[in-house]
Amino acid sequence: MTPRSQRAPIQLRILIMGFIVLWLFVAAFPFLWTLWGSFKMEADFFSKADWVNALTGPRTIAEKGAAFTGDGYHGAWVQEEFWRSVVNTALVCFFVVCTSLTIGTLGGYALSRSAYRYTFWLLITALIFRAMPPITLVAGYLLPFFEWNLWGHLATTIIVLVAINQPFTLWMLHSFFQKIPKELDESAKVDGCTQFQAFRHVIIPVMWPGVITTGLFSFLLAYNDFAVTSMLLAKENHTMVPKIASFLGTTQTEGNVMFAVSAVVSATAPLFILVMFFQRQIVSGLTQGAVKG
Amino acid sequence: MKHSSFFWFFMPTATAMLLFIALPILSVVTQSVYTPHDAVLIITENCDPFGCKQSTTIDHEATRELREAAPLGKFVGWDIYFDRGHLAVTEVAKAWNEAVGVSDFLGKLQNLPFYRAMAFTLTFTFTVTPLMLIFGFLIALAVNSLHARLRGVTIFFSLLPMIVSPLIGSLVLFWMIDSRGIIGSALQWVFSDPDLSLKASTGLTWVMLIVYGVWHAAPFSFVVFYAGLQTLPQDTMESAKIDGASRWQQTRYVVIPHLMPLITFVALMQLMDNFRVFEPIVGFNSEAHASSLSWFIFNDLGGETRQLSSAATSSVLTIVGVAILLTPVLIRTWRDFQAKS
Repeated sequence: MTPRSQRAPIQLRILIMGFIVLWLFVAAFPFLWTLWGSFKMEADFFSKADWVNALTGPRTIAEKGAAFTGDGYHGAWVQEEFWRSVVNTALVCFFVVCTSLTIGTLGGYALSRSAYRYTFWLLITALIFRAMPPITLVAGYLLPFFEWNLWGHLATTIIVLVAINQPFTLWMLHSFFQKIPKELDESAKVDGCTQFQAFRHVIIPVMWPGVITTGLFSFLLAYNDFAVTSMLLAKENHTMVPKIASFLGTTQTEGNVMFAVSAVVSATAPLFILVMFFQRQIVSGLTQGAVKG
Repeated sequence: MKHSSFFWFFMPTATAMLLFIALPILSVVTQSVYTPHDAVLIITENCDPFGCKQSTTIDHEATRELREAAPLGKFVGWDIYFDRGHLAVTEVAKAWNEAVGVSDFLGKLQNLPFYRAMAFTLTFTFTVTPLMLIFGFLIALAVNSLHARLRGVTIFFSLLPMIVSPLIGSLVLFWMIDSRGIIGSALQWVFSDPDLSLKASTGLTWVMLIVYGVWHAAPFSFVVFYAGLQTLPQDTMESAKIDGASRWQQTRYVVIPHLMPLITFVALMQLMDNFRVFEPIVGFNSEAHASSLSWFIFNDLGGETRQLSSAATSSVLTIVGVAILLTPVLIRTWRDFQAKS
């Protein structure tokens, strides 16, 4: 415990508490509000008369007989086939994470173990690539992809996302591998292992914490991407985010905003669970690059 | 590690980056100096007793052949860069000559789509970045003074705005600030103006997008600064206290200098990330009042007529912008590397 003399004066403590409560409210309330509202009808969630309607839902009660309705979810998942996008997202995320970790681990390991100067230039190149906005690259993909009939497929998008993800993955894994002592695989090589065997038997068993953290960020990138998935996927292959964007165009006029609201809630739920379980890894990953400089 | 084993370890990732990042950049640069072929026209003259008429038809066969022979289109050099949709040299020169003052000139530039997107992108980048640094720092200081047990929960909720997809995050806020949503109606009540709509005014739309940007990015600087605060040297703090430094002085002369490298890191990263601002424009449906360079490219690529050349030109111009913002990062990395070796 801090001694009494060093504790903040009471006014300051109240100010700090107030600030934190305010920030938590700003950070979390929009999500709770949307979650609650997604079980109402549009007339209640977007109520012209009184905002309290979104809480109590008089129109929902009047028309559905209960304060909550799953109509929005039914409309989105069944009628608009949102489940298809969920499957697509799952496929894209799974393959992006696996591929990008496999080739990223090999590359990051090589970068951390080679003492030659070219590793520095490769890392700098990766940094430049990391800075490219994905949408500018998409402009470069479209013409060749149309020419070679690669456009619209999940596989193409997966490879593109893996590639876009590589610079970040390399930087992150590079700094993780640097923390694993070089003596470990050096001694394996002295014992007669080839470089790959040393990697396979000595490094792989101890690298998992770093790989899991990096994998989380690859997952988030694939899950959250909009620029690449919306431009490179055919309509029936859309993942969740572009699908939600397409709801906006088509359903706003038909008064089916609630489809989009429910879809947004459905797409946010997995992220909540992810943060809940992997909070420590996410925080360490975010600070990784920063603290090391 | 030997060169040969390095090569085999590094080859897969190098191939991926070469094929899907380096080549597309080249492809974008190439496309930006070509434009689609014009249709081949045949002019025929039909003469009948009442006179001769010229009629123009498109020679589909020849057009198709031409397009197949050179799918890139015809070479036009810098033309697309200087046309009205991009740098608009003639329009800018005209505006410059006619303008009465600097503000009039800037106002005229706002009529050109590229400069409008540029103006918003730069404003967004240079307002969101400092604001998110300040907010993140304040939250980090506040959370750091909390009881250890409360910190975990606070961090959990703080991460949410950053972790959700930008499009989803902006939609969630967009529905709340709708004139029938909770924040929208609250604002109408506060200003007692039942017709107040954030979506209808350019200024308010910009403010709304900037608020979203800070909301989305503040958790990042918070987490980084919070981690930095954990390594704060206790003895320096102690001696500052003994020397009678006030709380403000401790923060100003011990905490901030300690965090300075992190502040530079976050600031440089955020300048690049905010420069790409894109999803919020789609989510807030704000293109009429505020569009960004990325949205500008997206708009050219989508829709019925994919204007690849125009999109490629905007992309090259955006990349130039990114390159300028990237220079300090590269210089910093270079210095670190020199210091280490």
